[in-house]
Amino acid sequence: MITTDILDIQKIRADFPILNQEINGKKLVYFDNAATTQKPTAVINAIAHYYNFDNANIHRGIHTLAERATRDFEASREAVREFLGASSIEEIIFTSGTTQGINLVASTFGRKFIKEGDEIIVSGMEHHSNIVPWQMLCEEKGITLKVIPVTEQGELDMEAYENLLSEKVKLVAVNHVSNSLGTINPVKEIIALAHEYGAKVLIDGAQATSHFNIDVQDLDADFYAFSAHKLYGPTGMGALYGKKELLNAMPPYMGGGEMIKDVSFEKTTYNELPYKFEAGTPNIADVVALKTALEYADALGRENIAAHEDMLLSYATEQLSEIEGLRIIGQAKKKVSVLSFVIDGIHHQDIGVLLDNQGIAVRTGHHCTQPLMQRFNLLGTSRASFAVYNTIEEVDRLVAGIHRVKKMLL
Amino acid sequence: MTINETQDEIIEEFALFDDWADKYEYIIDLGKKLKGLPEEQKTEDNIIKGCQSRVWLNARFENGELFFDADSEAIIVKGLVNMLIRVLSGHTPNEINAADLYFIDKIGMTSHLAQTRSNGLASMVKQMKNYAIAYGLKA
Ligand SMILES: Cc1ncc(COP(=O)(O)O)c(C=O)c1O
Repeated sequence: MITTDILDIQKIRADFPILNQEINGKKLVYFDNAATTQKPTAVINAIAHYYNFDNANIHRGIHTLAERATRDFEASREAVREFLGASSIEEIIFTSGTTQGINLVASTFGRKFIKEGDEIIVSGMEHHSNIVPWQMLCEEKGITLKVIPVTEQGELDMEAYENLLSEKVKLVAVNHVSNSLGTINPVKEIIALAHEYGAKVLIDGAQATSHFNIDVQDLDADFYAFSAHKLYGPTGMGALYGKKELLNAMPPYMGGGEMIKDVSFEKTTYNELPYKFEAGTPNIADVVALKTALEYADALGRENIAAHEDMLLSYATEQLSEIEGLRIIGQAKKKVSVLSFVIDGIHHQDIGVLLDNQGIAVRTGHHCTQPLMQRFNLLGTSRASFAVYNTIEEVDRLVAGIHRVKKMLL
Repeated sequence: MTINETQDEIIEEFALFDDWADKYEYIIDLGKKLKGLPEEQKTEDNIIKGCQSRVWLNARFENGELFFDADSEAIIVKGLVNMLIRVLSGHTPNEINAADLYFIDKIGMTSHLAQTRSNGLASMVKQMKNYAIAYGLKA
């Protein structure tokens, strides 16, 4: 059953210095990758290198350092364009992450093009960051929020989705992959259906980008948001893809330097894409390091990463299923390496504390998806999520750890 | 017994444990032993916000002394709360207010105090002190 890896996982582990440490006297097992992945030395070095050798403010400088910083910053934009399969770098806006990308679309596209009486559709498995910005917009403008229900298996009810669609719907906002369940949603189909009614679609790609290749043109997504820190890159930065004609039609997000062409007290004209949406000095070092992170994943091969993660997921699913009283939440046919579970009679927080004492890091709680937890009548789950550097032995540690927790608590 | 005498007693009890599991098994046991609250007292008013697990705290003021009852869904939190109650319950508002809860650090549970958002022990201590301030003003 366990397929042999193309990847040399021990060699990969050596690229992540943080993994080589003890927590509470035991070798660290890091299974909280859906919250954030660890960073390879190459990414850490890219940040240090930027500050050691290239730091300058970008775009307006005439001197060599400014030129170098600008070149690397824009090279990263090109790398993101290629990664997402976008047609032009004008469609790539750097953000502080998925959350900001979604808020940008809500505040600009949403404010301008969605009106009272219109509808927005989200799904029942969204992260709060793909719910709250829309709720705020709905409240402000008298828009109605509709929700695609989630099945017992943890999949979107596509029939119900079709029934929600109408000419009133102006935007559909769903995640590509659920952070709590691991479900890979049929976003291409979701987008095609929405487009039949003239609705635009925003895809929250936060959980997808570390697991497989993205092609926004093939998906025909109108907006696609992601965070660098979930794909081996730095925290607090990410990118938003938007179709050029939409971005051009949208008003700017924040006002300030960089996003303008000319400013006078009589009239200010805005800069062209993508700078129109990038007010102020950006997070240059981390933008530069995102390119390194993308290159790191490319070098390993995204198919190879996915194959390794799938192997870990199926092994862990098999092992955990055998534990009495343990229930896996989220049994979709297509999943990434995210495993949410509950154990009868045990609160997830106790599981988290006792696993941490054994050096095992999992996430416990509602995972910023409270409506989804309510759907399953849960207050939270324990979630193990695997990345390329995780191993079968570590899954065994988790299984033994859970047995130990059960023995202590029951 | 004074607040500090109870704290010293707990520190001595924990000195017997040399491994994390013994320590936690003891806390879990304390959690199981805590009487908890009847359902009708697990109200929104009594809930302590900002915890990953729900924690409820109820205070009674009798003959100048403050008594606490509490409950939680998570057993480890319940065990920690049991110790807090043992230390603070039955003292005057002034004593509770002035208490320096050094035992938490001494028994190696500071991380639970620091993780305010996830298990709310710090919120619990704060709420107990808030009751002490409120009843102190009344008294
Ligand atoms: C599905 C999903 N959407 C959005 C986010 C928010 O990402 P960020 O906090 O990086 O903006 C996350 C992160 O947890 C996520 O998992």
